[in-house]
Amino acid sequence: MIKAILIFNNHGKPRLSKFYEHYTEDTEQQIIRETFHLVSKRDENVCNFLEGGMLIGGSDYKLIYRHYATLYFVFCVDSSESELGILDLIQVKVFVETLDKCFENVCELDLIFHVDKVHNILAEMVMGGMVLETNMNEIITQVDAQNKMEKSEAGIAGAPARAVSAVKNMNLPEMPRNINIGDISIKVPNLPSFK
Amino acid sequence: MSDVVEKTLTALPSLLSLDSQPGSAKLSSTSKLGNLIRGITELTSKHEEEKLIQRELTSIKDQVSSPNTSMRQMKELMVRAIYCEMLGYEASFSYIHAIKLAQQGSVLDKRVGYLAVSLFLNESHELLLLLVNTVLKDLQSTNLIEVCMALTVVSQMFPKDMIPAILPLVEDKLNHPKEIIRRKAVLALYKFYLIAPNQVQHIHNKFRKALCDKDPGVMTASLHIYLQLIKENSEGYKDLTASFVTILKQVVGGKLPMDFNYHSVPAPWLQIQLLRILSLLGKNDQSTSEIMYEVLDESLRRAEMNHNITYAILYECVKCIYTIQPKSELLEKAAKCIGNFVLSPKINLKYLGLKALTYVVQQDPKLALQHQMTIIECLDHPDLIIKRETLELLFRITNGQNVTVIVEKMLDFLRISKDDYTTIDLVGKVAELAEKYAPDNEWFIETMNTVFSLGGDMMQPDIPNSFLKLLSEGFDSDEEDRKLRLFAVDSYVSLLQSEPNKLPQRFLQVISWVLGEYSHLSAELEPATVMTLLSKLLDLKHTSSETKSWVLMAMTKLCEGGVAISVAQDIYETHSSSMDTVLRQRAQELQHLSQDSELRGRVLPRDAGLMPLEVDSSLSFLDGFVSEALAAGAAPYKPPHQRQEELAQAKALSLEPYSLSLPISMSSCSIADRQSPTLMSMSSGLSGDSTDLSHKGGSTTLKLDGVKRVWGREGYLAQREPVEETAQVEVPSPLRSPSQQAEADSTQSQTPTPTVTPELEQDKQQLASSLFVGLGSQSSVCLMGKSDPTPQRFRRKAQGRASSSGASEKTPTSLGSTPSPVDNLLCNSLLDSNLVSEPTNQTPQASQSLDTTNGNCHEELTDVKENNPSLIHNNEEPDKPKDLCLSSHLPTELSGLSHSEITPLCSNQSVNLSACHVQKEDSLQLVIFIFNSSDSALQQMQLQVDSGELKLSLITDSPVEEVRSHSVAVCHYSVTVKRPSVHVEVLGMLSYQLPGGTPQTIQFSHKLPLTTFIRPLTLSTEEYGSMWLAFSQDTKQNLTLINDDQDPLTTTLNVLKKKLQLHVVEIIGVEGIVACQLVQDQPCLMHCRVHAGTLAVWLRSPVPDLPDCLLYHCQRALQEH
Repeated sequence: MIKAILIFNNHGKPRLSKFYEHYTEDTEQQIIRETFHLVSKRDENVCNFLEGGMLIGGSDYKLIYRHYATLYFVFCVDSSESELGILDLIQVKVFVETLDKCFENVCELDLIFHVDKVHNILAEMVMGGMVLETNMNEIITQVDAQNKMEKSEAGIAGAPARAVSAVKNMNLPEMPRNINIGDISIKVPNLPSFK
Repeated sequence: MSDVVEKTLTALPSLLSLDSQPGSAKLSSTSKLGNLIRGITELTSKHEEEKLIQRELTSIKDQVSSPNTSMRQMKELMVRAIYCEMLGYEASFSYIHAIKLAQQGSVLDKRVGYLAVSLFLNESHELLLLLVNTVLKDLQSTNLIEVCMALTVVSQMFPKDMIPAILPLVEDKLNHPKEIIRRKAVLALYKFYLIAPNQVQHIHNKFRKALCDKDPGVMTASLHIYLQLIKENSEGYKDLTASFVTILKQVVGGKLPMDFNYHSVPAPWLQIQLLRILSLLGKNDQSTSEIMYEVLDESLRRAEMNHNITYAILYECVKCIYTIQPKSELLEKAAKCIGNFVLSPKINLKYLGLKALTYVVQQDPKLALQHQMTIIECLDHPDLIIKRETLELLFRITNGQNVTVIVEKMLDFLRISKDDYTTIDLVGKVAELAEKYAPDNEWFIETMNTVFSLGGDMMQPDIPNSFLKLLSEGFDSDEEDRKLRLFAVDSYVSLLQSEPNKLPQRFLQVISWVLGEYSHLSAELEPATVMTLLSKLLDLKHTSSETKSWVLMAMTKLCEGGVAISVAQDIYETHSSSMDTVLRQRAQELQHLSQDSELRGRVLPRDAGLMPLEVDSSLSFLDGFVSEALAAGAAPYKPPHQRQEELAQAKALSLEPYSLSLPISMSSCSIADRQSPTLMSMSSGLSGDSTDLSHKGGSTTLKLDGVKRVWGREGYLAQREPVEETAQVEVPSPLRSPSQQAEADSTQSQTPTPTVTPELEQDKQQLASSLFVGLGSQSSVCLMGKSDPTPQRFRRKAQGRASSSGASEKTPTSLGSTPSPVDNLLCNSLLDSNLVSEPTNQTPQASQSLDTTNGNCHEELTDVKENNPSLIHNNEEPDKPKDLCLSSHLPTELSGLSHSEITPLCSNQSVNLSACHVQKEDSLQLVIFIFNSSDSALQQMQLQVDSGELKLSLITDSPVEEVRSHSVAVCHYSVTVKRPSVHVEVLGMLSYQLPGGTPQTIQFSHKLPLTTFIRPLTLSTEEYGSMWLAFSQDTKQNLTLINDDQDPLTTTLNVLKKKLQLHVVEIIGVEGIVACQLVQDQPCLMHCRVHAGTLAVWLRSPVPDLPDCLLYHCQRALQEH
């Protein structure tokens, strides 16, 4: 079972944390810190698995992580999950790629501004600590169906939701890019996309 | 920077599309989160961040509680609260609003509400109850998305008590036309199963339906449940093996739609899951394993090495092949696969390859030999994780010959490792190896010194304990013991002389104990010198007070002669006024005993470590003191619980008139005194021998009984002989001349040698031959039934596993069919050994594979065959009449009563264990029969039984210690329930010794259904009523009603009465009350009401878990009817 999914950046700032078992607030923060500490001191060319760590479940627990540009994606799992299987789940085809599809070239900022959306994507993929869906297209269909509802609600308030959910593959409208965001200064040096 | 701007610009449109109305309101709300994030990123210190977030939280708090906030704004506020919580700041004020949002909002708001709830709350949070109604409503919604959201939140967390409320709805969803809903429903049910298995007991056939679902996705989801169920009880699902195999065959054969392909591999995650299930099913089961050989072969073949995910499948395949009953062709292929992993340049695969090797190497040490050069390279790998995994592998292949090299490698790693977890783990392993395989005293002591200094104060406390135990108990030869102790003393003295301030506390404690106990062995060492050394420790700044009291204890043992006494005097003066009472007491003792050498001789006799210390647990020697004190007017002792009771009574107003004050009788109070735990501990503390105290602690945690240590009293020499023998015959010892070395290399290394400079190469070769020495001899034997090079480790591990998880492993059948270790003794000393245990069902296969191995074992093989028939004979002959004659051995007091069927527990070729039980009014009588089927008597027999849930007490007057040949010994226990559980289990271990043989142990487990402990509880309706109100633990559930023509309630209750021995108190109309008790005196009351065609049951009991368990058995009873 997956015990926790953590995403944090190169500086250890959490970008997403989802625990499938209950820990106290303090423990959760400690887990994030410890995990970051363990993961960040590893070189680029070493293996993606880590064992040991006192907080989640002791010897039975493993960290499987990937480092994409500025972000670390870490899955904390117990021995009943396949290491390589999870690694691929994070990797290109599933989680990150789904994010990429949903956000069109995902970057760290997307995760910050759309915590809720990322959580929703995650919920389609992993449910209660169990891998629910590994097919990217399936996940996107689900997420899209929900997004559509979002749009329709905004448009025709109170339209029967199930009619709306039947609509497929609609594109999100382009918004005018006239918002002044000049003063955002993220400390991360560069934010290339993950692919 | 332009990158950032660009990225943000592209990110913003989708962000803004959250709301489609473009306008100032929305913009400002988004920029609030933006502002916050911007603010945070600009900060430089944690402190500033804290201030900023607190400010943010205050503003969120103001807004959420304002009545004017719209749902839309609320949603945005929730996202901000989520963000703050993620950073670790509590926003508990927003929890209730998150629930409200989920309750009242539109679908979109709901989604954020549910998300916030699932991030904020946990299963036991009280606010969660408020969500139940919303979930109920959404589950019934016609909107798919709402249903999905409800199911998701349910599977994340749901209050256990409320599951019955939504269970029928979730069950219905299993028939939903949409596959996504079915899938989520299956996972939600899985979650229910995890938190409350009894509640979903009745829908197991629905799980089967989900497994057969036409949509592969739903089937995949149901595998999660099956993996869990099979993990818990593999016996119950053997019938599904064929289905799983068929599914896997179809998946591997590409029968699934293309949608399920991932990198052109068909449904890899599904394959992995199936392989795991199969390996659980096939474990220790020949016939089940046979069903899956073909499909495993197919998967191995199909999984071409082209992508990461195929490696994942291969890895599972290999593990499965090595877990189920072995088949040589498959093993060969799997071994090749492991080779590919280990040799792979990809580091992740190398890691998994090492893991696989570690897993496999116990059964097939030859494989490690094949990859020795790779393993050596991995030892120098820059990645610490790979290095550690390699050490783990080496740990598994350690034997008496390579131990020095391997331990050296481990210690090297320990010196550079910074990780606490690794340190603790490795230190334990080194200590274990050192104890088991130490080649000589000096090495042992020095290694342990390193372990103590590296492990520091983090290591497991049982390491120093067992080390001290080893020293004090010694081995067979006194001379050897003396040398070991002397060496320890010398090395510690020199350590203390150099740099005592760098040693960790635990090590200092060990040192002071050893010096106190054994420094007299050294002729040239004056007690005064040691005293001075020790007294320096007291002055060190970082010495803890615990260590100080160890030091003082040691000094007390040493203070002899003029100088020493004066040192003791000094110490006393400094510490007699210490703030720490323990230290002060120790100082007092030191003072007194140093003055009175005769008393000291009696209190602390030299070499008393081995003497069993007699403890007068009744404390009768205090009787005189107590009676004197009582006569002088002291209050009689009351045990704590009595004091509590009285205290509670004292708080209430007493309306009774004052009772007469009677003189307290002497006898009653002296009895009370004898139970005093405080006096007891004090007296043992006063006796002053801390060794015995620490040993007692050690032995309770360690459970060394079943573990034979090489460096133990019996094991050390006996084990060494065969090892040395083999070394001379076949394998080069680690330290040989170069020419012999080369010769050895040519015979040993089978892998092509990589091109490295000759010098380096030679180094590695040398290392290889020293690391893998001793494996070669075993490799020829390995095929015949999974030889285990280190029986004692195997046993220890098995114990751990048995206690931790698998019920499947504990079942008698699996124990019986586990191939017993055929060690390398087989080749050398087959004829004289009655140790060699060859299970009869293994024989054909084993001898077949033996035939194919051409080796020096060949001559002896014929012996195996010739010997075997007699073994089989021995085993089977007594089987038939056994059952009959066993019942005649029932204890006389039980012979009149009806007993359960006599079930076999486990057996090997010398002992058969079986058990039966007899239900008595106040307890369950468990009888274990030990049948000695060998031709010689069993000696030093010891049967230990234990159970987490039960209380067992031996009824037979004295434990049986010897069983004559072909006769039966009986152990009779009286059993009551300590803690109710659905199935209760007795774990046991029988250790015995055949004449001239080494001690052997055999383990078993025996399951008893809880129903055997249920007795009717006869009471009146009034009594029932008052008890009902007093009980706190309750459970409610609907049960199926047995419908016949007459009164369904009476019929159903009668069935329960008959099957579970419940007492039906009264039936009034559609309601009935029932009572029962669990032996001993654990009542449970049940209230039944017929409602809408089902039986609504409400159980109450003072005992936690009892209602749940009873409910489970009621369900079973009604189902079976």
